[in-house]
Amino acid sequence: MAHSTPAKTRTAEPAQPTSMMSVIAPAVGWLIPGAGHIIQKRWIRGLLLLASIGSLFVLGLLMQGHIYKANGGDILDILGFIGDLGAGGLYITTLTMNWGQGAIAFAVADYGTKFMIVAGLLNFIAVADAYHIAIGKKP
Amino acid sequence: MTIQLTHFSAAFVFALFTSIVFGITHRETTRDMLRYGLYCFAMFLGGILVAGWAMWLVRR
Repeated sequence: MAHSTPAKTRTAEPAQPTSMMSVIAPAVGWLIPGAGHIIQKRWIRGLLLLASIGSLFVLGLLMQGHIYKANGGDILDILGFIGDLGAGGLYITTLTMNWGQGAIAFAVADYGTKFMIVAGLLNFIAVADAYHIAIGKKP
Repeated sequence: MTIQLTHFSAAFVFALFTSIVFGITHRETTRDMLRYGLYCFAMFLGGILVAGWAMWLVRR
């Protein structure tokens, strides 16, 4: 017991204030990659995120990658859907236009599928970053 | 419209864009973002080259 920390010395983590921006920035950032940063006046970061995530997704599509729809089947299909969903507006547009539905006929097309999944996952990270900026955890 | 990238160019593009996002989201100052982005890019490409040569050795 000699090494136990007295309860009085523990300090509670200060509660993060919930502002409107901490809700809007992640939502907008999910819908349009990088927009969560742009509306917080992080112009260069936002534009770089938009260019990177957007390019990765569009390249995946142009490489005839496959887009996953909501499904309750194979675990890899479910994970693929979750990854794709992260791309937000890009994913919604792709589904609406019925793109990315072709059969994968060559190896590079499979890379395209992975490009789109990774673009979605990177957008999840960008959304979390936009939230951290909104609550003042990151400059 | 479709495009056909080679294996290496696909890996290069992937490494480039992923490194940019990692650099921006994982560091706080501009200098650190740049350094971390370059580090990730080098690791991605270095890993690809090492893995490629390893597979070539295994195949022989």
